[in-house]
Amino acid sequence: MIPDPGPDRILSRGQTYDSVTNRIADVVYLPWKRTPRKWMAGAFIAFVFVNLLVLAMWVLFTRGIGVWGVNIPIGWGFAIINFVWWIGIGHAGTLISAILFLLKQDWRTSINRFSEAMTLFAVACAGMFPILHLGRPWLAYWLFPYPNSMWLWPQPRSPLEWDVFAVSTYGTISLVFWYCGLIPDFASMRDNAPKLWMRKAYGLAALGWRGSAIHWHRYQKAYLLLAGLSTPLVLSVHTVVSFDFAISVLPGWHTTIFPPYFVAGAIYSGFAMVLTLIIPLRSWYNLRDLITMRHIDAAAKVMLGTGLIVAYGYSMEAFFSWYSGDKYESFMYWNRVTGPYGFAYALLILFNIAIPQALWSRKVRHNVVLVWLIAIIVNMGMWLERFEIVVTSLHRDFLPSSWGMYIPTKWDWGTYAGTLGFFMFLIFLFVRMIPSISIFEVREVVHHERHAEPALEGTL
Amino acid sequence: MSDLQLSELPSIHGAMVEFDTPEDLIAACERAYSEGYRRMDAYAPMPVTGLAEAIGYKRNWVAFCVLIAGIVGACGGFALLEWMTVVAYPHNVGGRPLNSWPAYIPITFECMILLAGLTSLFSMLAMNGLPRPYHPVFNVPQFERASIDRFFLCIESSDPKFRIEETAEFLRDLGGTEVTIVPA
Repeated sequence: MIPDPGPDRILSRGQTYDSVTNRIADVVYLPWKRTPRKWMAGAFIAFVFVNLLVLAMWVLFTRGIGVWGVNIPIGWGFAIINFVWWIGIGHAGTLISAILFLLKQDWRTSINRFSEAMTLFAVACAGMFPILHLGRPWLAYWLFPYPNSMWLWPQPRSPLEWDVFAVSTYGTISLVFWYCGLIPDFASMRDNAPKLWMRKAYGLAALGWRGSAIHWHRYQKAYLLLAGLSTPLVLSVHTVVSFDFAISVLPGWHTTIFPPYFVAGAIYSGFAMVLTLIIPLRSWYNLRDLITMRHIDAAAKVMLGTGLIVAYGYSMEAFFSWYSGDKYESFMYWNRVTGPYGFAYALLILFNIAIPQALWSRKVRHNVVLVWLIAIIVNMGMWLERFEIVVTSLHRDFLPSSWGMYIPTKWDWGTYAGTLGFFMFLIFLFVRMIPSISIFEVREVVHHERHAEPALEGTL
Repeated sequence: MSDLQLSELPSIHGAMVEFDTPEDLIAACERAYSEGYRRMDAYAPMPVTGLAEAIGYKRNWVAFCVLIAGIVGACGGFALLEWMTVVAYPHNVGGRPLNSWPAYIPITFECMILLAGLTSLFSMLAMNGLPRPYHPVFNVPQFERASIDRFFLCIESSDPKFRIEETAEFLRDLGGTEVTIVPA
């Protein structure tokens, strides 16, 4: 077993350009028969859930959204909760790959490829929900402006239409960014894959990349610009998602704190998902020398920080429901805490605010099992947050005669569990077929460390 | 070798020398440039700061293309929304003005990012001449390692100063591990 070099190092000592290439690419080259058992078991379970998703969609398409628990007044149930949850998870990937790139945080290098893939798959899951919720999902293309015989156009004053543009742009740009980062690595794999068919397949994807200095120069500029464009994009996407709520006039939704608080929550849940996935990954594939405690420690700190911003958001919601003097606002908050969904609010505070405070301790941050458990708890907590936001504002509005309850059905749960399986299945395939760590960027780290080391050794 | 001259070889892409480290490659490129060679290319498995400049590359047009694409995207997106709501389908919602431009900003912004982002990838690929299935440098067997851990400098035969023997001799003097003639 390869040891972890500890919390001070991005890479273990003594790595060369060649060794990092092999360490990362060998995971993909592993013959089918030697695929780890855990991968097989995990991919199989995920595939079972993919089938559940197909079944849930089949039932939904043949019988209509009545199979879900949505009703009037709660028209937005699981579909919107899961949409917001998934898209939020995606945001950490963009944060790691774009924002940390601009801030020159080179520890991001070992986890950015993986987080970008996570973004892409999370956006795929997120994008499904509004379409499933349409009622007539086969007419989803009506969401885009296109010349049609009815001469009808979408309503661009609606935040829901903004969402169409924000999410589809986000999905496209995430794919472009991810592929752009992959081109040089596909070229490496074209040149050292053990089998001819692999060389052909990766060669096709590498587009004839040959590592010319001038190409690299343009490449770096394009990558930098993509990072620069993705940074405001990721902030805009969750801002627009929060506008879906904030532009309405419902108590609990109509607040100006929603955009920053949603963005912070998105990054919070996204880092939780990154940790949930990379901790088992580095252990199963023996990548402890590339994804080190340094990464886990840094990701745990980001989680702690964004968690505190989210806690501030919760306290401001409580404060303004009182300070506004608006009786609907204060009723909404009182109902959220003590009403029929109060148990979910209590769990939310426990999961999102109380338990993650353990991350202040260095001992906890350096215990991978504890960090992993806290990450899963935060994932659940962030899901509960979206549940609270969507359901409690809708189920008791201004008029008591129109109050109602939302109880998710088995098809709600089935669709949700199905997307979890779909997401995991894509992650399993990705880890098996594409280098899950950016090889050429790790080579750059090797290069920098070679220059830094003699100087460092003198001081120690 | 000296008897085999240009007339007998089918055609030559250039002469190539191999190095172990990026520093050696940069030093070699600088020497080749000061020697008067202009049509050459350096190959590295990762971006190396200063390498493109060392072989005389000056102007990178990617950023300019992306800027233009961003402007076109923003203007196009905004114009589309204006046209949709004011010209094509004017619809009075509660007496609000048809030209309600503040509501169009989010979509305008997304259109700008979309076009600029797509352009940064595709303009980079287009200017690099990719995708390109064949290139002469791939004829060199050691070049397989150019994407892994070796660094190459190739002086191309189209350079006016290129003389097969002299250039190969010059490359040998640079201290690399091996000099190869690259068939086209």
